[in-house]
Amino acid sequence: MNLINLFIMSILTENIVLMKFLGICPFIGTSSKEKSAFGMGVAVTIVITLSSIITHLLYYYILVPTDTTYLKTLSFVLVVACMVQIIEMLIKRRNIKLYHSLGIYLPLITTNCAVLGVLLLNITNQYSFLEMLTFSIGSSLGFTLVIYIFSTIREALERRNVPDSFKGYPIALITASIMALLFSRYLIV
Amino acid sequence: MKTIQNGIIKENPVFVLLLGLCSTLAITTKFENAYLMGICVTIVLIVSNLIVSCIRKWIPDSVKTPVYILIIATLVTIMELLLQSYARDVYQVFGIYLPLIVVNCIILGRALAVASKTSVCKSILDGMGIGLGYTIALMIIACIREVLGSNTITLMDSISTITGYRAIYHIFPENELIPISFLISPAGAFLTLGLLMAIFNAIRKGGKHESH
Repeated sequence: MNLINLFIMSILTENIVLMKFLGICPFIGTSSKEKSAFGMGVAVTIVITLSSIITHLLYYYILVPTDTTYLKTLSFVLVVACMVQIIEMLIKRRNIKLYHSLGIYLPLITTNCAVLGVLLLNITNQYSFLEMLTFSIGSSLGFTLVIYIFSTIREALERRNVPDSFKGYPIALITASIMALLFSRYLIV
Repeated sequence: MKTIQNGIIKENPVFVLLLGLCSTLAITTKFENAYLMGICVTIVLIVSNLIVSCIRKWIPDSVKTPVYILIIATLVTIMELLLQSYARDVYQVFGIYLPLIVVNCIILGRALAVASKTSVCKSILDGMGIGLGYTIALMIIACIREVLGSNTITLMDSISTITGYRAIYHIFPENELIPISFLISPAGAFLTLGLLMAIFNAIRKGGKHESH
């Protein structure tokens, strides 16, 4: 029951993009097209899920026993960077078609705050293994959902007449603001 | 001097380049957090620009990004340890957004675009300019959000353990105004930044018309 709660919470009310501001750069930057938004979402989901498992093991079985928890930022960044490299190579070898559609987003993920953010939140919230897994998958699904919805809105917005100084990013941010209102807890209570 | 000015106005990281928005939006609920975050990012940015610029001739192109990320991560870890031991309250307020400076696109972006190509002196100046521009942008956003959202302006609260006294002021007389708490919420952050960016755009475009 608790896990289901956590799952829904991490997708909707605690959405990492709209509530915790993680992964804003890809959210604003790459989400002007529906297709690329979906690709980015899938790539992020894969990377977050796999690297959260690795960092969980790394943190509780290596860093904590050796009393070097201050290295968590450094080591997590390394894990994410390696993860991205490995996934890129694997996809390139196994499925060249998928590589062409996902490949361009993968290198960007290394510097995506959403990935490192979720990994760090897993640690600060002291989740157990199952909770950690639920939270990671939920958050990345939430990321995909929001970035996809947002991209469809932005595609529609491009055809509308927007005041000159609002064109591009400002109107995107205001759209994001309205979306954040919809996702926030105030309306649900 | 021109490099610094460039960083503040023409290449303002928040309003023009749209880099490092994660911490921008998350931290700006209080004026104090905004300038502290600005200072942290500026220091990391200057030092990373310095190091990257010093070693730029020995780093092959193919491993540029990972090496730079490692340098930045090391600097951020040092910053984390310093804050943890000397300013615990600040460390707790920042939470995960302090380690997230590592993936703040401003620092890596500047390392790749400027520091890996130009001389040491110039890249330090660039770091200062961009850092200053970032800090100013954060302060403007935080000022609007805090004054309108909670009717206070916090100059010193969580760093009071270092400076010795607290400074939280009320702008409007209390009990007469209901603060717009919407602005403190995440949705308010997006709205404030969007509106400010539109104003910034309008000013820049207006300036261009006059000069023609």
